[in-house]
Amino acid sequence: MKKRRSAPENPVLRRQRRLRSAVMIFLCILSLLPFYLMFINATRTSNDVKSSISFLFGSHLMENIATFTQKQKGVGITAWGSMGNSLLVAVPYTALSVYFSALTAYGLYAYNFKAKKFAWGFILAVMMVPTQVFAVGFYKFMLHLGLIDTFLPLILPAITTPAVVFFMRQYLAATLPLDILEAARIDGSGEFHTFNTIVLPMMKPALATQAIFQFVASWNNLFLPSLIISSSGKKTLPMFVQMLMGESFRTDYGVVFLALSITILPMFVMYFILSRYIVEGVTLGGVKE
Amino acid sequence: MKTTKPEKLKSVRYSKYGYWFILPFFIVYTVFSLWPLISTFYYSLFAYTTRNLKETITFTGLGNYLKLLGLADGEKAYFLKYLGNTLRIWVFNFIPQIALSLLAAAWLTDSRVRLRGKGAYKVLIYMPNIITAASISLLFYAFLSQYGPLMSVLRNAGLISQNSNIMSSTWETSLAISFILLWMWYGNTTLLLISGMMGINASLYEAADLDGASTWQKFTRITLPLLKPILVYVLVTSAIGGLQLYDIPALFNASGYIGLPDDTSTTVTMYIMRLHSTDTGRAAAVSIMLFLITVLISLFLFRAMRQSESGRRRKKAEGGGQS
Repeated sequence: MKKRRSAPENPVLRRQRRLRSAVMIFLCILSLLPFYLMFINATRTSNDVKSSISFLFGSHLMENIATFTQKQKGVGITAWGSMGNSLLVAVPYTALSVYFSALTAYGLYAYNFKAKKFAWGFILAVMMVPTQVFAVGFYKFMLHLGLIDTFLPLILPAITTPAVVFFMRQYLAATLPLDILEAARIDGSGEFHTFNTIVLPMMKPALATQAIFQFVASWNNLFLPSLIISSSGKKTLPMFVQMLMGESFRTDYGVVFLALSITILPMFVMYFILSRYIVEGVTLGGVKE
Repeated sequence: MKTTKPEKLKSVRYSKYGYWFILPFFIVYTVFSLWPLISTFYYSLFAYTTRNLKETITFTGLGNYLKLLGLADGEKAYFLKYLGNTLRIWVFNFIPQIALSLLAAAWLTDSRVRLRGKGAYKVLIYMPNIITAASISLLFYAFLSQYGPLMSVLRNAGLISQNSNIMSSTWETSLAISFILLWMWYGNTTLLLISGMMGINASLYEAADLDGASTWQKFTRITLPLLKPILVYVLVTSAIGGLQLYDIPALFNASGYIGLPDDTSTTVTMYIMRLHSTDTGRAAAVSIMLFLITVLISLFLFRAMRQSESGRRRKKAEGGGQS
């Protein structure tokens, strides 16, 4: 029943399609071009970068790598070191965020307790409250607890990500029949045991989608780490990028582009491997931080 | 609905478990968010002055707020200034963003003019949203800075004057930041609008086609009105995100926590970062004002959502069996 695309069609429609395709292709090129030129410039000398734009790779990649390796010794942390720190934060952050959000969502979905309405309303209400508005109090409190310059203040708040709870609750409402829980109870399964062994595995698609977004959010976060982390050895990747603005890098354009390429590459690769799920996830959840 | 008595009893017995499941969330939220928010308000009522390395703290009531709003003697309205910077950057990103996203979403969901490679388009226009904003900001800065590649090429070609420099112009810097935001976010907005448009009943368009409606008429009379809830959602989340704007202006043409040129691209959150360790009281007052604005915007969202919901219910009640 499908109309064949190749069927001779209205010339007006055909012209429309050509025009629209051209605009869409232009937008796609616009998305890729800055990254393409960045990778190109990472292989050129500073003078070449300054004087012209090239679409072909240069031959100075190794020199730039050598200069970059030399220069990053001066700032107290390497790009790889900062990525390691970002992983140390983002991995536990992601795990805590999806696990506890699923736990909270399940509690709100599967049980009818008195404060349920209030709890759900509260989560909806605070969904829009950004970290920035309580950053001052957060900083002072962490100072009192002696947690400044540690990763804990960056990881523990993951237990409370209201937007993820919201998404998980909607997912449970659409996919989890409550009869299963009754059946598990009859089999003598405890409530937490049921959650961990039956509910959680059923939520895998939702957990995976949210895990990707939470990992990205944590990996890319600049504000909170800037507030909490002070010693250079503990700086996260976005903080490392911030240091590239400093005197030691600024003057050498080839090296700046190389450094940026290194900081962007992991996310770039990850995106193109997972893009299908990510694009689907945006449309599904409509949840953003 | 459970009706038999024993079952009801059982569900009551189990229902208490709900508290255990949601307990971790509420404990951690209280400790790491609610308490910091309350203490931020508390700090905002005090003046912190440091003289000879000694910090003195005195109660000042709403003094910090009055100062930041320019209502105290000899004080510049810094909050309003930085809020203005933030809004200027946000508005010039949002208006073209919503227009472009509507266009792209309408094209990608059009069933009459079917585009090929829709999946690839979506993947590519969304891509910048995932990449570290700090890196993107510095990337654009490197391209656009006075001796960067783009400006040098334009200068050598005689297209711009010898000493023209985006980084020394308030408007050009601000628009460049808006462009980066637009470039990073329109893909996300497009995907949200696509999901909204896919939810619109196709028979409405078929009926309009039968009546000989033009593409533009269908867009303005069917798509836009039915898309209103999701448009409000996009507007509100973008506005709240825009108020927190930090990564991009902090790295694009900035020094310390000062947005160049001449403090004109400094955003509210950059100001909080600049003050938080030296003038806690004032930083806290800035935060609380930002919080209040966020609450107002959120309330607007909830009201609009409730209106559209009750409107739909009313229409359903009135129109009975429309379809």
